[in-house]
Amino acid sequence: MSENKMKDAAYRSPDERQAEKNSKYTPKSIFLNGVLYENPALRLVLGTCPLLAVTISAKSSLYMGLAVLFVLTASEAIISLLRNVIPNKVRIPAFITIIATFVTIVQMLISAYFPALNDSLGIYIPLIVVNCILLARAETFASKQKVLPSILDGISMGVGFTLALLMMGSIREILGCGTFFDMQLPLFGDVIEPMMFFMLPPGGFFVFGICICIVQAVMKKQEKHASSKSSTPCGVAGDKSDCLSCGGCSLCKGKEE
Amino acid sequence: MAKEFLIIIFSAILVDNFVLSKFMGICSFLGVSKNIKTAMGMSGAVVCVMLVASAITWPIQHLLLNPLKLGYLQTLVFILVIAALVQMIEMIMKKSMPPLHKALGIYLPLITTNCAVLGVTILNINSNYSFAESMVNALGAGIGFTLSLFLFSGVRSRIDKADVPESLKGLPITLISASLVAVSFLGFKGLVENLFGG
Repeated sequence: MSENKMKDAAYRSPDERQAEKNSKYTPKSIFLNGVLYENPALRLVLGTCPLLAVTISAKSSLYMGLAVLFVLTASEAIISLLRNVIPNKVRIPAFITIIATFVTIVQMLISAYFPALNDSLGIYIPLIVVNCILLARAETFASKQKVLPSILDGISMGVGFTLALLMMGSIREILGCGTFFDMQLPLFGDVIEPMMFFMLPPGGFFVFGICICIVQAVMKKQEKHASSKSSTPCGVAGDKSDCLSCGGCSLCKGKEE
Repeated sequence: MAKEFLIIIFSAILVDNFVLSKFMGICSFLGVSKNIKTAMGMSGAVVCVMLVASAITWPIQHLLLNPLKLGYLQTLVFILVIAALVQMIEMIMKKSMPPLHKALGIYLPLITTNCAVLGVTILNINSNYSFAESMVNALGAGIGFTLSLFLFSGVRSRIDKADVPESLKGLPITLISASLVAVSFLGFKGLVENLFGG
């Protein structure tokens, strides 16, 4: 019944969360946490749906990242402001409503001012609502912390996600199309044949797999280096409280078995 | 008419498979594909919720939001409807179909944030499908989800026995094998045009 256990971890507040509440956050630690140690895409593996779908070009990845950055920061700010008002029992629907509001704002702004972008991102804009990152951060951070740290957390998580998207998008666009932000790169085309594979859906899985592999390898090496500093940043890989929303992402499953 | 339905269902299952070509529901795809039993439980629940959600959101959009010019509330309304719906289905199942609840129940709460469900309801509206077409599309999407989960859980049980390099262990090798499964689905490109001359 590992799923049941996971459900419990998601809906009640476990010890880890209490510990998290008590621990002090400094701006620097929040920022490094969001961008590096707990990079939502590459370390926590949240929000894989847009990550794989829109990274066919660097441009659409960047815009998607910025959209998530905005929604994340704004919703974390509001949730943090309302954290003492929202009753505990209905907090998840309340969070979803707040997030959906900001997603709708983004959706309307994009369709009004960037119609071309609307075509390329399409269905994936409304799907930001169900992006695991948003609910996970709302639950683990914004609902416990004051406004300023929450905003900072939103920005750093958003930047981390944007960077990961941009990296994937660049790799896929350069290898698959021979261009970067729609600019033709010198060697590609004549000398190196662009590989269509990277633009197609399987290429997304492949590049993501390789990226995570590299990140894991690097982190392992670093951990070995810093083994004297024993405290691992909370939430990395094993922290189940981040998994409430993602429908059982593979990381928490792997840890439980 | 029947031909259109066939085109929709074939594209949803094979050509534009929700998981492998639209990347919706990846979280649960990677999470529950460890063995066939949980994979089938999850897929059953997803098919169920997709069908009911499509049946409810289509009238909401066309009979409520559109006449009142509230189309922009689509995202907000749909996600809340789906969340409430999942809760309700769980309660009804618990009361009237205990065996089914035992099999699917634990997966239901996880479905709210499965983007495949919200995705299919929004796609139904965006593609201007009629009510019947929406239902067919939802069914196709559900079967496509089931098919890819089923195939992939088979692949993963083989990976467990394989000797994988240290740094590829876990998620990376899973994603790379998902990539290979997705390659095989690329083979279905053009299938609909060839079959139905569309």
